[in-house]
Amino acid sequence: MNSLSQLDQVKTTPWSGGRSPWSVEYGKIMMWFFLLSDAFTFSSLLVYYGAQRFSKFTWPDPDLVFQSIPGIVDTGAPLVFVGIMTFILIMSSVTMVLAVEAGHRMAKKEVVGWMVATIIGGFMFLGCQALEWSHLHHEGFWWGSIPAADRLQDFFVGPVSNVSALQFANLFFTITGFHGFHVFTGVLLNIIILIMAMNGTFEKRGHYLMVEKVGLYWHFVDLVWVFVFTFFYLV
Amino acid sequence: MSEHNIQNTEEHAHDEHAGLSKSKIWQVFFILLGITVVEFIIALVILPKGMMGHTTGNVLYILLTILKAYYIVAYFMHLKFEKTGLQLALGLAFIFIIYFIVLMLIEGGYLHLHMSLHP
Repeated sequence: MNSLSQLDQVKTTPWSGGRSPWSVEYGKIMMWFFLLSDAFTFSSLLVYYGAQRFSKFTWPDPDLVFQSIPGIVDTGAPLVFVGIMTFILIMSSVTMVLAVEAGHRMAKKEVVGWMVATIIGGFMFLGCQALEWSHLHHEGFWWGSIPAADRLQDFFVGPVSNVSALQFANLFFTITGFHGFHVFTGVLLNIIILIMAMNGTFEKRGHYLMVEKVGLYWHFVDLVWVFVFTFFYLV
Repeated sequence: MSEHNIQNTEEHAHDEHAGLSKSKIWQVFFILLGITVVEFIIALVILPKGMMGHTTGNVLYILLTILKAYYIVAYFMHLKFEKTGLQLALGLAFIFIIYFIVLMLIEGGYLHLHMSLHP
């Protein structure tokens, strides 16, 4: 044993192999890497939106475009509906963390309850977005189409620009559509996790790490919405 | 190797989540809600009354948005309680995004200037 040189001794530092140096489980770190790449995709869309908006002399005023609450009032309530949508998404993010917290305590019933709440929140958000889209579509906005010239005046504070309105319409539907697609995927993942939790899969496995991984994705969707909300509805 | 993984998983499932209790979750929720309410007050009360310029308003919106993003990533996504290495690996990448945003806004501003000078 004395002949054992220093080099042959087993190293135990975090980066000397045999374990996760960040002590993060493999699936979780892969989810983080995916979310990072997804952040770049979203930022490319938002960066293009910002550059377009900065280069134009005039742009549709969000307070004038988004002032309806579908089914209640058609005009005169700027930002109220999107406020409700934001609240729903933040709320569903909270129920997701509560599901993760319950999973940490191995409380199956609570995990199932909070996952159901999260899924309901996701569907409510998607429903609101569908109403918002159909409202804008009825006003005449869609990919490649804008309201007629006499109606278009209502959406601008200053001079009217067809190019700006067209860019706004294309970018609004593309970016909120891509976000809505993410929400929809998230709801599907949540449903799969809910079924697995109800079947007792995680209980047998001994941990609820899958809930955490899907939770990361769900919070990311919420995170993107925070930015979409600011850049489309507030700025 | 697989034994190590199992060990890590168990370790992870037990120790690392001590940081986020139910009361902390609700606290973060009320912070997020509060920031959103402040944004609405700026949008619906302060800006229409002309108490603040639009540029100042936009800067405030962006700062508040970044603050909200911080709370979501740090607490809900649990990054605050991860190892520094992971925080850096994920955080530094966002500097590139900020760099791209600044680049393209400068480009947009140049286009704007160019088109107003030479219509």
